[in-house]
Amino acid sequence: MAEQKGKILVIGGGISGLTTALEAAEVGYEVILVEKNPALGGRVSRFYQYFPKLCPPLCGLEINYRRLKPNSKIQTFTDSEVVSITGNAGSYKATIKTNPAYVNDKCVVCDKCTDVCPAERDNDHNYGLDKTKAIYLPHEMAWPARFVIDRAKCPDGCTKCVDACDYDAIELQAQETTTEVEVASVVYATGWKPYDAAKIENLGYGNVSNVINNVTMERLAAGNGPTKGVMLRPSDQKKVEKIAFVQCAGSRDENHLPYCSAICCLASLKQAKYVREANPDAEIYIFYIDLRTPGKYEDFAAQIQNDEKITLVKGKVAKITEGAGQNPVVEAEDILNGGMVNLEVDMVVLATGMESSLRGQSVPEAVQVDENGFVAPSIQKNGVIAAGTVKFPADVNSAIQDSTGAALKAIQTVVGS
Amino acid sequence: MEKKIGVYICSGCDIDKAIDVEGLEKVATNEMKAAVCKTHPFLCSQAGLQVMKDDQNNEGVNSFVVAACSARYHQEDFDFGAESIVVRAGIREMVAWTLELRNEEGVVNEDTQMAGEDYIRMYVARIKGQNIPQPYLLESTDKSVLVVGGGVAGMTSALEAAKAGYDVNLVEKTDKLGGYAAGYKSMVPPQPPYLGVVPNYVADIVSEVEGNGNITVHTSSTIESIEGEPGDFTVKVEGSGAEFKSGAIVLAAGSVPYDVSKLTHLGSDLDNVITSAEFEAMAKSGAIKTKDGQSPKSVVFIQCAGSCDPDHLPYCSSTCCLTSLKQASYIREMDPEAKAYIVYKNMRTPGQYEDFYKSQQDDPGVFLTKGDVSAVKDESGKVAVDVDNTLLGQDIQIKADLVVLATGQVPVTINEDDSFLNLQYRQGPEMPELKYGYPDSHFVCFPYETRRTGIYAAGTVRQSMDVNAAKRDAAGAALKAIQCIEMTARGERVHPRSGDMTFMEPNLQRCTDCKRCTEECPFGAIDENEKGTPLPKSARCRACGTCMGACPERVISFDDYSIPMLSEMIKAIEIPEEEDEKPRVLAFICENDALPVLDQMALMRVRMNPYIRYIPLRCLGGNNLVFVSDALSVGIDGVMYLGCKHGDDYQCHFVKGSELCNERLGKVQETIGRLSLESERVQQYEVSMNDAGPEKLPKIIDDFMEELEDYGPNPFKGF
Repeated sequence: MAEQKGKILVIGGGISGLTTALEAAEVGYEVILVEKNPALGGRVSRFYQYFPKLCPPLCGLEINYRRLKPNSKIQTFTDSEVVSITGNAGSYKATIKTNPAYVNDKCVVCDKCTDVCPAERDNDHNYGLDKTKAIYLPHEMAWPARFVIDRAKCPDGCTKCVDACDYDAIELQAQETTTEVEVASVVYATGWKPYDAAKIENLGYGNVSNVINNVTMERLAAGNGPTKGVMLRPSDQKKVEKIAFVQCAGSRDENHLPYCSAICCLASLKQAKYVREANPDAEIYIFYIDLRTPGKYEDFAAQIQNDEKITLVKGKVAKITEGAGQNPVVEAEDILNGGMVNLEVDMVVLATGMESSLRGQSVPEAVQVDENGFVAPSIQKNGVIAAGTVKFPADVNSAIQDSTGAALKAIQTVVGS
Repeated sequence: MEKKIGVYICSGCDIDKAIDVEGLEKVATNEMKAAVCKTHPFLCSQAGLQVMKDDQNNEGVNSFVVAACSARYHQEDFDFGAESIVVRAGIREMVAWTLELRNEEGVVNEDTQMAGEDYIRMYVARIKGQNIPQPYLLESTDKSVLVVGGGVAGMTSALEAAKAGYDVNLVEKTDKLGGYAAGYKSMVPPQPPYLGVVPNYVADIVSEVEGNGNITVHTSSTIESIEGEPGDFTVKVEGSGAEFKSGAIVLAAGSVPYDVSKLTHLGSDLDNVITSAEFEAMAKSGAIKTKDGQSPKSVVFIQCAGSCDPDHLPYCSSTCCLTSLKQASYIREMDPEAKAYIVYKNMRTPGQYEDFYKSQQDDPGVFLTKGDVSAVKDESGKVAVDVDNTLLGQDIQIKADLVVLATGQVPVTINEDDSFLNLQYRQGPEMPELKYGYPDSHFVCFPYETRRTGIYAAGTVRQSMDVNAAKRDAAGAALKAIQCIEMTARGERVHPRSGDMTFMEPNLQRCTDCKRCTEECPFGAIDENEKGTPLPKSARCRACGTCMGACPERVISFDDYSIPMLSEMIKAIEIPEEEDEKPRVLAFICENDALPVLDQMALMRVRMNPYIRYIPLRCLGGNNLVFVSDALSVGIDGVMYLGCKHGDDYQCHFVKGSELCNERLGKVQETIGRLSLESERVQQYEVSMNDAGPEKLPKIIDDFMEELEDYGPNPFKGF
């Protein structure tokens, strides 16, 4: 290995950032990993299963945490954001702002604090479908394994958790801190967010009962989700038997996201499959424009097309309205058979697209984004490297592949500096 | 090293609400003869850790049994340096948080207490069998990378590794670099704006490679042989005649178009029906012509020519839609009056390529329709293409001067007779295949992991992809190659046991040359001599222990993981008398997936069956059938194996471990038959990370317990 010259700053602790950090550190380079949430894992930690194997994302994440824990080359900042980056490839200065978690690393996850906590908050891990206490563990497999407090929800003067904690782990007076770091290389891996489906007015999200987006669907399926893995719809907790999936909800649409989000077809096929596996009576309809299942994913698509209770309809959904008994009604064209379809279902899942986490956000001056918020390598003027879905819409496998390559680009910058 | 064992029990985290820790101390000191045993109310605190450090410094304790939380937590805190051994008896998770608590009078539950005491016995037994890992260090580690294939993927891998400071040997079988994409007229845009084709950039990569002093190019050359291990491969090249050392290898041998002669139903035998490769070559040469030399006024592109077709290539070739869109632009550029028709099943232009699709769609001379091509035939000098099921269900016919079949991508490795790596390995010369000629990998989370340590696939030999994706892919493979070199130089295993210093070590004096280890290693790490005696290549070892499980003579060990160690753990379990009606079940549990499920159950405080004792395995592949006879002969009533899914959609991180465990259990009757016991007493179950919660794992266990009741207690109890 070339002589050690500088560190690599990786911004974002989801699957892409975690991968870049680990791959570079295992070569032997020093990495600073910054994650804005209290726990690593990002979006994938909220997925129930990956396509095409229907395997649990927590499995790969846990292997990565096992790689991370003993690796002294990686310094991890959670609850933290990089607020400024100045300089150029080989010599950057970055400022990391760390919000107080109010629980320190003496926490033993014993859970005594939640027994006494009087306040609740919406559970963002489950997209607000249930509540946690104001002091909470993000989820069972969260890493770092440490409780956090949503201080805004604490009643004035309440110290019940402090009194209950036998381990001196709670610091209600903790303050924000900032850390200045000097690094040779910066990797942006801040990921994606689901497109705000409420902006697609005709699809009824937010107005019509039981129209949800595809990321929420993952939590409804998860055994550790708000419904304990039973497919119950949000408005009345009725068991869901008949589901319509609406593809390109936002994607491939000049008014919303002009690009294809690359993953939504596979996500819906996966969700259709796990619903059918759990419930042999379930009926599924998927409204699509093109079914995009590249490479070996075609095998997966073929399996699902063979299920006679899954109907694929080529056609764009015109609108979704509320029918009787809180059932959404999907009105769509059927391009192959001609005419329109009117379908009443128990629940609609909008296959919402992937939006860059940086779209519409202010970003440090050192980072250039294209009109869709993606960090395109070709427009970087000063060597900032991007990895994963902040660079292009991608499935997990491609994001990991890209992040592995990004680790090498970062190393090259360190070596060259 | 003379071991001085200290047992440190944490009574915090409500452990003492379930367990009488004094009882545990008695087991540790009186029964298991630990030199030191201490209890602390907050063992992971600075004060708690100080107690242990003081004993290390003052009492000479060098072997620490931490009876506290599971190994998932505080791994870095319970570290007492390279000269000491630490084992983690996770009594918080396996006992205090998942079994019955003391009753209202504060009296401990007898079963809970027995479990706690057993884990003290088991982990003291374990630490007695563990040694400090002595790393496998090569005399010198070669840090150069060998790249096989001089196309875009191979050249990019070579350049990326070279730019990080590594020497590269790049071997290309033809007489020049560039590969398949060098023959393209233009390229699909690699970066924004994605609005039209861009000039071919392959020549730029070629000159960059040729100008890079770290890269040695061997053209008109193939690999004659590769032997050795990461950090020390010996490579012989046929052609250039060179022989050199390499530390790691990237296989980027690429793909070929699908054999079009098999597509006669699409008119492949007709004069004016050509492949996209032939069309590209014509366009590159500057003249797109029909057979009789005319400039075509109309061209039909038929998508999925072979791809997405169960009779040909069941997979999607990922690149043909983009290629046809690109080629449609050639016709339009050549002759503004000419028309291009693209007949597709699903237009696949993922991500930002959507803009490229739209830019072609906006051209009024490019017609796109979904449809199924039902016939392609000659018709008075033109080619007639019948298309069914187009939009609105109509059937149409398009008459064109030229038809282009968008043929799919086939990895060159599809033909088993062809050789690329010529590995001098006991398990064969090439990469084990998963499906369709593509190498096996742990798809999704760890795409570069292959079954040959230190050898990584990149580009279209790994999976179908377009040329821009192949460039990205190549960078990742180059990273894995240099990472393997550096980890090998430090004596560490690579993924997934990254950083582990142990490796398989056979005691050859007791080896019977049965070859099971050399055959079963999922990574082909063990060669053999003519007699069949194993010749381990330790830097290829991934430390899963599959060989240890395979060995009928039980002669394979790791420094801190061995059959005697696990057998002693089994024998340490106290077996109650039959009349106590307290069965005992041993559960071997995969530490990658199933064990963290137990951690989750503990956080949920799901109370589980108290008669089970868990022993983690690095992988179920480490299961040796001797464990079954050890367990049953001491009176354990049943043995469970809890691990990953196997089969096509396997989840095993060591690819074959859980499958091999299952195969071995198919032969368990031979072991059990000698004891006259029922084979149903031994079963393997799939447990995934999603199986936490009160419904799943507890039910698997309860059902097994119920089944055991039918067979009654193990008659060997008390022997």
